[in-house]
Amino acid sequence: MEILFSVTLGILVASGVYLLMRARIYPVVMGLTLISYAVNLFLFAMGRLNTGTPAVIGKSAEYGDPVPQALVLTAIVIGFAMTAFVVVLSLRALGELRSDHVDGEEPRE
Amino acid sequence: MNHLIILPILLPLLVGGFFLLRPKLSSTATRVVSLAATWALVPLAALLLMRADSGQIDVYALGGWAPPFGIVLMLDRLSALMLVVAAVLASFAVLYATRGDDRRGPDFHALFQFQLLGINGAFLTGDLFNLFVFFEILLIASYSLLLHGGGADRVRAGTHYVVLNLVGSSFFLIGIGTLYGLLGTLNMADLATKVASADPERAPLLAAAGFLLLVVFGLKGAILPLYFWLPRAYAASSAPVAALFAIMTKVGLYAIIRLFFLVFGSEAGPLANLVLPWLWPIAAVTLAIAVIGALAARDLRITLGYLVVVSVGTLLAGVALGTAEGLSAALFYLIHSTWVAGGLFLLADLVARQRGKVGCELACGPKLRNPMLLGGLFFVGAVSIAGLPPFSGFLGKVMLLQATPVGYQALVIWPVVLVGGLGMVIALARAGSTLFWRMSCSPLETADLDRVRLVATAGLLLGSPLLVVFAAPVHAYVQATARQLLDLAPYFSIVGGQGI
Repeated sequence: MEILFSVTLGILVASGVYLLMRARIYPVVMGLTLISYAVNLFLFAMGRLNTGTPAVIGKSAEYGDPVPQALVLTAIVIGFAMTAFVVVLSLRALGELRSDHVDGEEPRE
Repeated sequence: MNHLIILPILLPLLVGGFFLLRPKLSSTATRVVSLAATWALVPLAALLLMRADSGQIDVYALGGWAPPFGIVLMLDRLSALMLVVAAVLASFAVLYATRGDDRRGPDFHALFQFQLLGINGAFLTGDLFNLFVFFEILLIASYSLLLHGGGADRVRAGTHYVVLNLVGSSFFLIGIGTLYGLLGTLNMADLATKVASADPERAPLLAAAGFLLLVVFGLKGAILPLYFWLPRAYAASSAPVAALFAIMTKVGLYAIIRLFFLVFGSEAGPLANLVLPWLWPIAAVTLAIAVIGALAARDLRITLGYLVVVSVGTLLAGVALGTAEGLSAALFYLIHSTWVAGGLFLLADLVARQRGKVGCELACGPKLRNPMLLGGLFFVGAVSIAGLPPFSGFLGKVMLLQATPVGYQALVIWPVVLVGGLGMVIALARAGSTLFWRMSCSPLETADLDRVRLVATAGLLLGSPLLVVFAAPVHAYVQATARQLLDLAPYFSIVGGQGI
């Protein structure tokens, strides 16, 4: 399970970085989103990957670590707010600068 | 448990939240509330400073959960000092803003308070994940403040700033996640004890997490090669915002000091003083490149942006020495550079207002209406930030140079700091002579000097001579701070219930 999980995270981050490098607002936003997905999954996995271990003491012999779950919830909320902000900012940039390049102008060939 | 510690976080939170409710206040009333709330932080921070000066580390356990289980706030000499620096800077910035800059976009005062919430929280928290949360609060407030007033330049600079910081936040989370996964705690004092007793096999992973966090704080602190966003962002933002941002790079540096002297400090076994050997060459190169940038700039505000990066480099050099002398020199320089850089950003706006369309561009412009007054202030600020006597920049630099041990490090740091100082003098002399001497004959009719703005600007710049007059007590305090930071035993005793 760990190998599958880490390969997934690797693909997510690699795609995210590739999209970031496209330097156009929409791919950049998608790239940031993919990276933040990967980061959230990574945080989640820091409580170790187990099945059948509820995060409540006394329900079963083994229990999962609740802290990473709390952390990942916080990170998801913050990441969501930030993504929303970037989307609004990019709409504004498109209106003000008439270009969807992150530098605000088309690169010179 | 003393509830005073949480007030610098609660006050801006409540006031900012109050503004968000959109109360039907006249603009004067809004300004008065915002001014009062910001100025109230100054005596509050001063009280905390006096409290911290007893040498005790105060721990405030939120919700009564004893560390390491709950989130704690931690007040030591360093956090108290940073609170005072931020509060003074913010109160003059908000005073400047009340003369019209706050009306250029909605919700300026609410955002300003949330920015203060994030800054104060970052200085006070003793929990790594909580530090991340406060970083995000101050970042999202700063995104909006940077765009305050609108316009193509701000949007352009803002896009870079936002995207870079979002990537930085991802790194921050990966670093935190790795530390938690390996050590099972997020309380900084507890992390320090756990790192000290960690299995040597895990040292490389811990080091990787440490360096990831260094990248994040380096991005916030604008250290080479992560400073490229700064000059344009600072130059594009409105004056009070740029002045407040003078503390933002210092938040990054504060986090570097906190993390790499406590968690990866002298007690960390194989990871002891993990980043220090890396820091000081980076500091030297940052300083050198930023001086070149300042020399090349064609706009006073860009020059000032690069001077902020120069101050980051100088500060980092002091931190990288890792000794009490180096740290105390860096902290003294931090107080000075924050206030003077903030004052210069405000002054640049005052000058730009009298030059009409030319603004701060270093070109021939209309005659200034108050050339002597503005020129005099610029002279004080420039002499101070370039590190010439008799102002505080000189003292900070002398302390730094004295703290550098003779040898390899001195061979690098001395020439870079001294030649860099010369470069700054040249850049500022060129800027000043263009702005104040190369003028066409007719002044603009509509450019009266606003008294309140002038007071705010002069107040911040006055910090420099005051720091010289009161150099002895300030120096004693920063030295005590440095000693406290290097003596880790009191921090370790936080975990386990003492000190609550």
